[in-house]
Amino acid sequence: MSDQPKKCSIVVFSGDMDRVMGAFIIATTAAAMGMETSMFFTFWGLQALKKERVSTGKGLFGKMLSFFLKDIDHIGPSKLNMGGMGRWMFKKMMSAKKVSTLRELRQMAIDLGVHLLACQMSMDVMEIPREALIDELEDVVGAATYVLQAQEAQITLFV
Amino acid sequence: MSEITPNKILDARGLQCPMPVVKTSQEIKSIAVGEILQVLATDPGSMADISAWCKSTGNTLLSMEKGDGVFTFTIRREK
Repeated sequence: MSDQPKKCSIVVFSGDMDRVMGAFIIATTAAAMGMETSMFFTFWGLQALKKERVSTGKGLFGKMLSFFLKDIDHIGPSKLNMGGMGRWMFKKMMSAKKVSTLRELRQMAIDLGVHLLACQMSMDVMEIPREALIDELEDVVGAATYVLQAQEAQITLFV
Repeated sequence: MSEITPNKILDARGLQCPMPVVKTSQEIKSIAVGEILQVLATDPGSMADISAWCKSTGNTLLSMEKGDGVFTFTIRREK
């Protein structure tokens, strides 16, 4: 029986608080269960890795987009965000049930050795430079890297 | 069944998924192979989760008890 560790590969395309939480909970659990876990952040998912209070964008559209890009504390639920009210309400409900915050989950993932990777192409298109993303980001990669990892993974998810 | 004295006790009461399993995976490293870790949890999901964790990591769940809303898991580290 092969002694290769099992692998888990998650694409985080969404920038919604609820979806990103699901991704981090599964990633931390997979890592806690001995799986080599990678998270590949692309498009809106890059918000989960964005540093606070950094602006992005070089050209006009990039700069306009920058207004709408949030960081991990400010992304809202996929439904019922209601201008931020929903996000606040969900956070209150989760806090009452002692559910870990997104920021805590991200740190836990880092502590457990989950590989955080970012998509080169979406960073380019959205004009998000490497410096705008957290230092714990392991590497900026392309689709082939994800596909190679996914080929070897027992669990692959698109969030 | 004789009382098993754990080498370490992890108090995960009040912690929500995925914390009981995450903390267990961290605490198990602090005991030697063959030693016993006892985990206390209040999260109802932990019944299935700790069992699944043991199965996935190859550690042995010696017993699982429920009392007063607290679950007590006794785990032997196998590797």
